[in-house]
Amino acid sequence: MSNARQPRSYTLRVWRQPSSTTEGKLVEYAVSDIDPDSSFLEMLDHLNENLVKKNEEPIAFDSDCREGICGTCGVCIDGRPHGPIPHVTTCALRMRDFADRSTIVVEPFRAKSFPVVKDLVVDRSAFDRIIEAGGYVSVNAGSAPEANMIPIGKDIAESAMDSAVCIGCGACVASCPNASASLFVGAKMRQMVLLPQGAVERKHRALAMVERMDREGFGDCSNHGECEAACPKAISIENIATLRREYMKAIFR
Amino acid sequence: MASMPQTIPNGDGLHSGAPGGPIETRWDRHRFEMKLVNPANKRKYTVIVVGTGLAGGAAAATLGELGYNVLNFCIQDSPRRAHSVAAQGGINAAKNYPNDGDSVWRLFYDTVKGGDFRARESNVYRLAQLSVNIIDQCVAQGVPFAREYGGLLATRSFGGTQVSRTFYARGQTGQQLLLGAYGSLMRQLETGRVKMFARREMLDLVVVDGHAKGIICRNLVTGELERHAADAVVLATGGYSTAYFLSTNAVNSNATAVWRCHKRGAYFANPCFMQIHPTCIPLQGSAQSKLTLMSESLRNDGRIWVPAKKGDPRPPDQIPEAERDYFLERRYPSFGNLVPRDVASRAAKHACDEGYGVGTGQAVYLDFADAIQRLGQNVIAERYGNLFDMYREITDEDPYKLPMRIYPAPHYTMGGLWVDYNLQSTIPGLHVLGEANFSDHGANRLGASALMQGLADGYFVIPYTLGNYLAGTRPGTVRSDAPEFGEAEQKVRGVIDHLLGCRGKKTPREFHWELGRLLWDECGMSRSPEGLTQTIDKIRALRAEFWENVHVAGSGQELNQHLEYAGRVADYFELGELIAIDAQQRNESCGCHLRVDHQTPEGEPIRDDENYAYVAAWEHTGDVSKPRLHREKLEFENVHLTVRTYK
Repeated sequence: MSNARQPRSYTLRVWRQPSSTTEGKLVEYAVSDIDPDSSFLEMLDHLNENLVKKNEEPIAFDSDCREGICGTCGVCIDGRPHGPIPHVTTCALRMRDFADRSTIVVEPFRAKSFPVVKDLVVDRSAFDRIIEAGGYVSVNAGSAPEANMIPIGKDIAESAMDSAVCIGCGACVASCPNASASLFVGAKMRQMVLLPQGAVERKHRALAMVERMDREGFGDCSNHGECEAACPKAISIENIATLRREYMKAIFR
Repeated sequence: MASMPQTIPNGDGLHSGAPGGPIETRWDRHRFEMKLVNPANKRKYTVIVVGTGLAGGAAAATLGELGYNVLNFCIQDSPRRAHSVAAQGGINAAKNYPNDGDSVWRLFYDTVKGGDFRARESNVYRLAQLSVNIIDQCVAQGVPFAREYGGLLATRSFGGTQVSRTFYARGQTGQQLLLGAYGSLMRQLETGRVKMFARREMLDLVVVDGHAKGIICRNLVTGELERHAADAVVLATGGYSTAYFLSTNAVNSNATAVWRCHKRGAYFANPCFMQIHPTCIPLQGSAQSKLTLMSESLRNDGRIWVPAKKGDPRPPDQIPEAERDYFLERRYPSFGNLVPRDVASRAAKHACDEGYGVGTGQAVYLDFADAIQRLGQNVIAERYGNLFDMYREITDEDPYKLPMRIYPAPHYTMGGLWVDYNLQSTIPGLHVLGEANFSDHGANRLGASALMQGLADGYFVIPYTLGNYLAGTRPGTVRSDAPEFGEAEQKVRGVIDHLLGCRGKKTPREFHWELGRLLWDECGMSRSPEGLTQTIDKIRALRAEFWENVHVAGSGQELNQHLEYAGRVADYFELGELIAIDAQQRNESCGCHLRVDHQTPEGEPIRDDENYAYVAAWEHTGDVSKPRLHREKLEFENVHLTVRTYK
């Protein structure tokens, strides 16, 4: 750890694509003077400042909260959504986890249902449309009963929370060989069926969300399990089992 | 309805329009007095809601449920990503489930006192009343709040209170509440009553015959400027801490929407009331552009200390108990580590300024060793696991073994656009919700009260008060081809063209960094008259340089994040000056606003109720350096003004 604090340099190969309708390619950039404690996105900020100063166009990438909760950021780093460290988002990666003088390939999340907008920015609005189909409890403001009216076991609530932590980043889709959204959809379904408030609409929800998922062009799940490995919130593949069970029940009931 | 209270600037004074009489029944009586829109007529009215956080998302969903035609805008790629998502610790509500003495009255009192008696009583009482409905609503939506073994809802304590009234979902309460609101919003999209416009940035408000009738926004993907007309505009675009460069806010959080409404005639209230949150991870590298908050809930179990000896070089675990100074417990024995944020931040700064800081000197310890020994690591992990993980990811240190190092950072703005009791700004038809308004937190917000306010405004206040406004207007009177839209669009285009054409030598980020340093140094945790005077001059000079020497890459006809950022920085310069001007006029200390010329020898703030028990609401006069001050006198009929003490 003696030179752990020394500034580092890297060769980046970054996907540049001016718009959704133009072709893209990998472009090489050298970055130096990187503080190992800085984050991966701060490293990209640093590169962008230098590009602007050279009158070149900065690399477009999405990010917002930069603390792993909003789900806005997300790129493939050396082929892995959110990079080499398990269970963190791209914004939480630190440069101390990348060896000095290494080459890093940075690409957008790739999936048919996530078209590239520009450079590393993709359009994930298909996720919103899946939730639109039924990923909620139909309750109007003002009509709710007293909050403690229905007790919910602590273990049930905790288990629902394990699914509810999904940040909608899309890493599960980007990592899946079929570009399936099953983990994303399964997590919302499982949160809802575990809770008595959500269980009421389970049949409609299962049919509507699965139908919308198919219509948006996401592939089927074939049990590769890459999604669970790529998920920054460590959402379990068990959620996909819930999805299947709910869907089968809805069809045959 | 001639007796309806009106919001009219009256000479130097502003009136809230809050009803009089017993505070407990004000909201009920007001709701009865307000006009209603017939259910069949609601769909004829179009309402623009800008923002999809707790306030905006809840408002858009609820107005859709009522049958209005809603156009909802957000800057992010999805409404689920609004910065409310990052709120960690919890949401307050006066449910009194723990049977520990809570009540609507106590939540009201704690909030008024917590805000150092600079909030409006009527609004705060209403907020406390509505808090209980919020929890009901969120549970019904399927928000997985933490629960006790019996299956009922769990609570924890937050700063500035002696009861346990904070409901939570691990350290991700904001995310779960936001996803609840987002679900309701998505349901309205499916019905067609709400239309969503994501990746749009509001760049101007369109005012026709004195009423807010639309917005100009930029489609961030195509670069196109869009005109949207409506019968009213609801603004819920959050706070402006990002003016300070380093803050806990998201990188896209910004002040542009509120600032441009201000320049169209909306008064800006108490801009200097900026909350500096005590427990953030200290600055690490020069490349850092934002800071990360560690939830206030950690102060339930964490103890804050510094070495008793200046510059003690020993690692924390080798400093014996007797050689530590638990300065909050020592200075404020009855609230201890759970003093309000302004008090905790000032005390931490004081310790570091005196040379007791640890690490870089700009940090204090937040130590869990006692709690882990008392409760076990499992319990601590269950309560704060994701926060501990986040701390470890960022610092590469294990907070289960070593105390966290923390330091204060800009976090939340109590100031914002002035609104009356109906949450309407000084521009009729423009309503402002959540952090974007100024209304409920006075000079210091208590922890877990932002989520409460955002949801109260969105679910339970605006659905009534907006109806009252709309009932007095005819629907669909203004179309987007009105000349006022053309004028506003031209103005926006002019700014964009200037920024792109300037081709100077400095990047927007460099300017922003310099501005942030000026504000942090002189308009942060302590403020002096001389420092503020100098800062105002420096901001003006830097602003002039910005317009001549900024360099913005790319073009306006595409996704251009650099251009977006430049426009926001331009607004921070103008807002930054107003923050300093406001801090300069307030010759007292209150809440977050510590003026060095108004404090006790121990560094406790001295308030001046005689002369400053008012809301400072600034009117834009056309010259940003010459804003006009209007005062809304604050009446305290139910809470006795006292020296605020947590000792």
